[in-house]
Amino acid sequence: MNQTLSKKLILTLLAWFIALVVFFPIFWMILTGFKTEGEAVATPPSLFFDPTLVGYHEVMARADYVKFAINSVIVSVGSTLLALLVAVPAAYSMAFLPTPRTRGTLLWMLSTKMLPPVGVLMPIYLIFRDLGLLDSLTGLTIVYMLMNLPIVVWMLYTFFKDVPKDILEAGRMDGAGTLQEVLYLLVPLTLPGIASTGLLSVILSWNEAFWSLNLTTSDAAPLTAFIASFSSPEGLFWAKLSAASTMAIAPILILGWMTQKQMVRGLTFGAVK
Amino acid sequence: MATLELNNIVKEFGDTQVIKGVDLEVKDREFVVFVGPSGCGKSTLLRMIAGLESASSGDIKVDGQRINEVGPAERGLAMVFQSYALYPHMTVEDNMGFSLRLAGVAKEQRRQKVLEAARILQLEPLLDRKPKALSGGQRQRVAIGRAIVRNPSIFLFDEPLSNLDAALRVQMRIELARLHDELDATMIYVTHDQIEAMTMADKIVVLQGGIVEQVGSPMELYHHPRNRFVAGFIGSPKMNFTDVEVLDANADGVAVRLPGGGECRVPVDGSNARPGATLTLGIRPEHLMLDDDGPLGGEIVVIERLGGVTSLYVQCHGDEWILVTDGDVRHRVHDAIRFGFEPGRAHLFAEDGLALASLERHPLVNVERKENRASTASDDR
Amino acid sequence: MRDRASGRTVGGMRTFFLQAPAVSMLLLWMLVPLGMTLWFSFQRYNLLNPMISGFAGVDNYTYLLTDPALWTAMGNTLLLVGWVLAITVVGGTLLAVLFQQEFFGRGIARLLVIAPFFVMPTVSALIWKNMMMHPVNGVLAWLFNLFGFQAVDWFSSLPLTSIVIIVSWEWLPFALLILLTAIQSLDDDQVEAARMDGAGPIAIFWFITLPHLKRAISVVIMIEMIFLLTIFAEIFVTTSGGPGLASTNLAYLIYIRALLDFDVGGASAGGVIAIVLANIVAIFLVRTVAKNLET
Repeated sequence: MNQTLSKKLILTLLAWFIALVVFFPIFWMILTGFKTEGEAVATPPSLFFDPTLVGYHEVMARADYVKFAINSVIVSVGSTLLALLVAVPAAYSMAFLPTPRTRGTLLWMLSTKMLPPVGVLMPIYLIFRDLGLLDSLTGLTIVYMLMNLPIVVWMLYTFFKDVPKDILEAGRMDGAGTLQEVLYLLVPLTLPGIASTGLLSVILSWNEAFWSLNLTTSDAAPLTAFIASFSSPEGLFWAKLSAASTMAIAPILILGWMTQKQMVRGLTFGAVK
Repeated sequence: MATLELNNIVKEFGDTQVIKGVDLEVKDREFVVFVGPSGCGKSTLLRMIAGLESASSGDIKVDGQRINEVGPAERGLAMVFQSYALYPHMTVEDNMGFSLRLAGVAKEQRRQKVLEAARILQLEPLLDRKPKALSGGQRQRVAIGRAIVRNPSIFLFDEPLSNLDAALRVQMRIELARLHDELDATMIYVTHDQIEAMTMADKIVVLQGGIVEQVGSPMELYHHPRNRFVAGFIGSPKMNFTDVEVLDANADGVAVRLPGGGECRVPVDGSNARPGATLTLGIRPEHLMLDDDGPLGGEIVVIERLGGVTSLYVQCHGDEWILVTDGDVRHRVHDAIRFGFEPGRAHLFAEDGLALASLERHPLVNVERKENRASTASDDR
Repeated sequence: MRDRASGRTVGGMRTFFLQAPAVSMLLLWMLVPLGMTLWFSFQRYNLLNPMISGFAGVDNYTYLLTDPALWTAMGNTLLLVGWVLAITVVGGTLLAVLFQQEFFGRGIARLLVIAPFFVMPTVSALIWKNMMMHPVNGVLAWLFNLFGFQAVDWFSSLPLTSIVIIVSWEWLPFALLILLTAIQSLDDDQVEAARMDGAGPIAIFWFITLPHLKRAISVVIMIEMIFLLTIFAEIFVTTSGGPGLASTNLAYLIYIRALLDFDVGGASAGGVIAIVLANIVAIFLVRTVAKNLET
């Protein structure tokens, strides 16, 4: 009895030590957000200080921070809703009306995800330039939607597969058409799955940093680009940077924690459940 | 009021034919059971009638009208699924009223119809519950209620009792038979359990490998199986089979030599049998009798006592035989026993599996449980 | 009434209409840029100098392949991918086993340890650049001094190592998250049977846990590879590929060619190389996933 307890204590210490080390940079960033600029760069680093909201006030006072945040919300939520709209019918037909080609289609969708963004940077950049989509919310929303579409289809497909076929057939016997089947039966039954799929898509779009850095400059720039701008001389303002970063990652961190289980399924294309 | 007719129905999945040309006629108010081992195509056949699968060729007719191209909801049929397929996010009342809601029936009317069905099935106290708060038997009744509400011309059941425990299954069996009587509707019922088929059916359709092996009343199938497959499938425990040599054969009977040298004359039409040929003799366990002078004998290997009856498993000339005997039989394992049977109870099967026709029809074969209807057996072999 | 329903049981057309939007969009998204990249890679094409134009044949490729920068970038890419993979997979497996055990506050500790994966790459890069690895004010510098070592100027003297550390910090939680989920599906009975057979903790890990995790590990490796081959933001924010080309990977090199030099032809040739590299990995990943997919 005592032996198992001491084993548990050692495990606890070890695991918590590692967890704290891994989490430390985030913790430190959050802490720094509540410091003054002077304290932020102090050596030795100060752990105890008078917390202040100056950093937050200054970031919020900058009109452009709010604009970047709004851009992030519009682009990630918009691209997610669009992706769901296109993916639900596709995943529905793949899960419930499988044809010999379904498997191939699914794997092909997965393979589009393998196309490295740098490989197609030039064409996308030029197409967007010619269509006037550079630095536009529409353009970025479209890119994110397409970027996430394969994952969204896959995740929905694995969730839909869990719905007994019988229930939809009973619906059809009861007189439901395809649209009614999806609206009255499938969507209510898989709402948790659809929600976590949506959240994953929001998270991925929110954190995306290749297209946002290369396709936007100011008008449509989301938070990733805003934070990146701190790498230039402005980066000296650590407290402000930390406050902005904390606000930028907080919602995603919370969403990520909430959906971690389902995310595994989406991120591994159903290969790990 | 509804009759159903299947004409040469074929179903192909890719290159494989799973239903190989089925003809069938179901009369109004008949309780028809499709029975067969798993993979025989019985569920596929039912799903084609329901409209959930399309037939590759052939006609499906309800009341004489071809409905192949009609959607499942418009066929006027209702189906009870093996898994019940209740909508988990709706209450019992909403489950039962869903079809009416889709059809745009007013709320008041909907409620009335649901209440009526709930009364028949004693579901009134459960109307506000969700399916997951119900027991297996209650879910089953809701699924049936959902079918009743639609007031279908034909009820389809896809192995509806297979998810229930044994006691509940017996109870639901009785309830279904009562419901059939009360609703006076045509019902088609799929099961792999021959006991369900025997107890509920007016007419049984035995399927194997996508082919109808035999159609007939339960007693007809029991007493006059058309071939060895049906003989082995209907009845429990299974019929005993053994190879026998033909000694003499004519239209009035066939004399055969049993394993161990005994002889017996079976009253079947032996016009096509030749002396010296090998036939298969089949005899049901309940038709074997302990008899010290019997032509067969062997050592008891296992005894199963059920109280009312006792099953003896006997090693006899290389075959294992099952005897169902009186519950009070005193024999023990390893006892040597002798047994025999009444020749009229035995069946003979030719090499191709077909039974040699009995000379006499069993008196119960054409007696039906309600009114008298001539049965039309159809087969396509 | 009855005609309305015709065709309802025929799945083909319905399937087509339901999938058409998703499939056609992805087809466009893949084929058009892919085709253009291939086309550009054989063209003389510079956005800054419209005078340069025309068919270049394989010149872009020859130029690129003979450019030492490409090979430096390729080498950096492989080093980056290799090290991060080694650190995250080995670390992730060990941590998955650790965090699977019962201990006090396990739920919260798990949340803390997977948190870095949800942090946007630009933020992680800046946290490390400014607050952790800063040669004067960074926490690491302070720690080094505390223990009597010389503080390191990470991004000047060990640029690639610094990037590896940052990227590993981001992806270790990913590996842990996946492997922890996989480990939870390990049958307890199996472990207990092994224990009855006299297996100690190490034998159990080696003979039961590790084989069970095999597929999950291979999935982690392949998915990480897809993303790690094109690491961009972390380099962009911290070293900008420098000093010199010391921390330039293939993705960053293409970016330099494309959006700094505006050499469309050269960048596209680089893009084609990146696509080929990614596809080699993709084939294996698709196969693994396909095995798991019953339709």
